[in-house]
Amino acid sequence: MQSKMHVPYLFLTPALVLFSVFMIYPVIYSLFLSFQSSVQGEMVFVGLQNYEKLLSDTIFLKAVTNTFIILVIQVPMMLFIAIVLANALNSVKRFKALFRVSFFMPAVTSLVAYSIIFSIMLMGDGLLNQIIVATGLDAVPWLSHPWWAKMALILAMTWRWIGYNMIIYLAAIQNIDEALYEAASIDGAAKIKQFFYITIPQLKPVILFTAVLSTIGTLQLFDEPYTLTKGGPSDATLTLGMYIYQTGFRYYDFGYASTIAYVTVIAIGILTYIQFKVTGDE
Amino acid sequence: MKQVSYKSLGYLLLILGAIISLFPFYWAIVSSTHVSGKVFAKPPTLFFGDQFFINLVNLNESIGIVRVLGNSLLIVTIYTISALAVCTMAGYAFSKFKFKGRDVLFAMFMVSMMIPFHALVIPLFKLMANLNWLNSYEAIILPSIAYPFAIFLMRQNLFAVPDPMLEAGRIDGVSEWGLFIRIVLPSIKPALAAVAIFLFMHQWNNFLWPLIAVQTKEMYTLPVALSSLFGLSRIDYGQVMAGVVIATTPIIIFFLALQKHFIAGVLGSAVK
Repeated sequence: MQSKMHVPYLFLTPALVLFSVFMIYPVIYSLFLSFQSSVQGEMVFVGLQNYEKLLSDTIFLKAVTNTFIILVIQVPMMLFIAIVLANALNSVKRFKALFRVSFFMPAVTSLVAYSIIFSIMLMGDGLLNQIIVATGLDAVPWLSHPWWAKMALILAMTWRWIGYNMIIYLAAIQNIDEALYEAASIDGAAKIKQFFYITIPQLKPVILFTAVLSTIGTLQLFDEPYTLTKGGPSDATLTLGMYIYQTGFRYYDFGYASTIAYVTVIAIGILTYIQFKVTGDE
Repeated sequence: MKQVSYKSLGYLLLILGAIISLFPFYWAIVSSTHVSGKVFAKPPTLFFGDQFFINLVNLNESIGIVRVLGNSLLIVTIYTISALAVCTMAGYAFSKFKFKGRDVLFAMFMVSMMIPFHALVIPLFKLMANLNWLNSYEAIILPSIAYPFAIFLMRQNLFAVPDPMLEAGRIDGVSEWGLFIRIVLPSIKPALAAVAIFLFMHQWNNFLWPLIAVQTKEMYTLPVALSSLFGLSRIDYGQVMAGVVIATTPIIIFFLALQKHFIAGVLGSAVK
């Protein structure tokens, strides 16, 4: 047995080498970069200057606010509708598989592809506005108004991810003990009541799981605002990912971009920690 | 009576949801068969036209869709195979062996899942520039081969492989590598399929990193090419939609054919 001590390390070596080069090294390197600034093409050490700049950077603040607004509206709304749909799907007998496939389909499309489809549908004289106008309402400036542009993103993201979450909930609902519902029915609890007092509490750990996944996803938001709104109008849909990209690859300020990245990572760590603390167990 | 109305409400909700989920696909396919202006036609165009091949030819002229599709397929294939191998091996080490530093190393992989990729692009870009690897296939493929979530999924699935089976093999004198290839891998085929699909999807849809790592049109992947086409000042919507269809169809066919594995792959084994 002694002679086989090295075996697990051999199996682990490829992953560890790649991980060290493409994850650990960049994380450390970007900490260095965050204390540097480019002066005439040369990176020089500038101490905390980038971090000071960040504190008074209104665009950074805007990117954080945008992400936060999208997060608090989109995630709860999407998760709630997903639970309702999963509940409905669980209760019907026919066409179950067909519904499952239909709802899941958006989750397999590329982010850029679906963003393009939505972008075209949401344009001023696009399809969605034609439908809205046909019902007698006013056309919505989806992509050209700061508030509606955020709604457009939320709409698109919800479309893409709702089926994914629904399938997770469906699996979890099928694991809820039938006896709970039977007891409730005998007590005369209405279906709606059962939904709020049995289904939702029973799903709590899964809701936490999906909420954490969606939060991480929203904090990483890049493809959709890049394609749908280009971060506009007037930075209304600028996300942290886009701001890092712009700072790094449009203005070539690698030092400052690394500072933004570092602060984001720390913020995500804290946020995840809080989310786990608030929701309690595990 | 109440039961019935509750149920039909459920159906109504599901049908409405299914239409909303599927309609954008249908509309994209329809739009790819018309000339550019038709996407804004009043009333909207909801039936197929005959411009698809013309759009496709134009698309090939403007972004070289054949080359781009080839790039994407090549990158995704190499990536899926190598990442599956690396992550399965790592998952095997983490689940079936006790060794010094195991828990710390595993925790490190897990914590790294919290780091958004956009936080890594600057140092990765500088690294690739120093290695002179920018604008190459390896630059696109290498950074996410050791994919923590895939390692996690493989580890979870490998726990199910019974230890006595491995011990029996060792007593029979099977080498450690032989055990892995001939005993372990065959017993986790569904998990391998699911994780392979997960990795495939990840790379097929990957956008931010190729956008940065790639610098010439010849090296574009599908999402990067589509995005560049959509960023032009004069957009040919017929062409764009044809591109969207090209980027979406393979993965949808793949999905419809392998639904079960697909859903397992995209969801992971976190939920059972």
